[in-house]
Amino acid sequence: MSILAYNGGCVVAMRGKDCVAIATDHRFGVQAQTISTDFKKVFHIAPRMFLGLTGLQTDILTVRDRLMFRKNLYETRENREMAPKPFSAMLSSFLYEHRFGPYFIEPVVAGLDPKTLKPFVCNMDLIGCPNEPDDFVVAGTCAEQLYGMCETLWKPDLQPDQLFEVIAQSMMNAFDRDAMSGWGATVYIIEKDKITERSLKTRMD
Amino acid sequence: METLLGIKGPDFVMLAADTTHARSIIVMKEDQNKIHKASDNLLISTTGESGDTEQFTEFISKNIALYKMRNGYDLSPRAAAHFTRKNLADYLRSRTPYQGLHVCRWVCFRIHQRYDETDGAELAFIDYLANAKSLNHAGHGYGAMFCSSIYDRYWHPNITQDEAYDIFKKCIVEIQKRLVVNLKNFNVSVVDKNGVRNLEPISAQSLTDYNASS
Repeated sequence: MSILAYNGGCVVAMRGKDCVAIATDHRFGVQAQTISTDFKKVFHIAPRMFLGLTGLQTDILTVRDRLMFRKNLYETRENREMAPKPFSAMLSSFLYEHRFGPYFIEPVVAGLDPKTLKPFVCNMDLIGCPNEPDDFVVAGTCAEQLYGMCETLWKPDLQPDQLFEVIAQSMMNAFDRDAMSGWGATVYIIEKDKITERSLKTRMD
Repeated sequence: METLLGIKGPDFVMLAADTTHARSIIVMKEDQNKIHKASDNLLISTTGESGDTEQFTEFISKNIALYKMRNGYDLSPRAAAHFTRKNLADYLRSRTPYQGLHVCRWVCFRIHQRYDETDGAELAFIDYLANAKSLNHAGHGYGAMFCSSIYDRYWHPNITQDEAYDIFKKCIVEIQKRLVVNLKNFNVSVVDKNGVRNLEPISAQSLTDYNASS
């Protein structure tokens, strides 16, 4: 089995009307054995930006720490907040630096631009090939199921409450068909003036 | 082959580790202690390649001691776990020949455990890939596969030290009954606000009259 599926887990992010949503499952396993059911793979890294990392847990932790270091250095040097787009570019080049010995992760970035407040979602592969679509991005062991669910439920210009419903249902129905992901989920809705965090109770089997 | 177990309570953490030291098909000794005291309120238990486990635990403990000497205060439980994880992760990724050679042979699993007056108890699960997670109950090795269900049944947030010790008994009964490998004896240590203590080892002999269903 791929090392990317060693610990399991999934993340999805979606764009709405003047808002974005990002969701993570809670499982941390070692192959088929579940070790913990409170491991969130999404990190709040700037006031209106979240980073989701799926894949090998050790690399999730390492990449999160190293990116926080680079982002803080950037913000100290430039004396301004880092926007999602340059953050994704930084992440992409960071991952490509390790082209021939990569970190085994698939990142997802979701946020609003601090100035324009334009919604932004982005994901990439483990060596940093970026993808910035207008609709949604998925990552993790149930990426195929997530694509299916997002493709059917998502439509343009969803309001925050509608977007929550769409992302929650996409997430739950995708990871219920995957043994490596699930055991609860958390959804973050990012709007210009607030961030809503909601926990989902899901099947625990 | 080797097994480590750990339970976190509200104000203590208890660890159990088998004492078998085997090389290939031969049992070298049956009194190998795998629970190391890293500082006044920190225990680290490790399994794996015996040289690596010894070397690594010592490196971590001495650096934690150095930190305390330099700064006048101890590393917090989370910081100690983070330090251990980072060292393991950097080791694993390094390409220098010495470390590269070292890493491929490194099969070192560990439960890193500590009690702190301010933060309370912390039980960190770290495996050889440096996957790390703070847990309420943890285990490493084949024996631990039989234990997760026992933990799920008997662990609760207000668990006492006696109850935790009893859970270890239940786990070890199961390991000795179902695991094909012979793990006769387990050392048990606990860390709480009074520091580190070794408890009575749990062995096949001491369990002869034990009724696991009571």
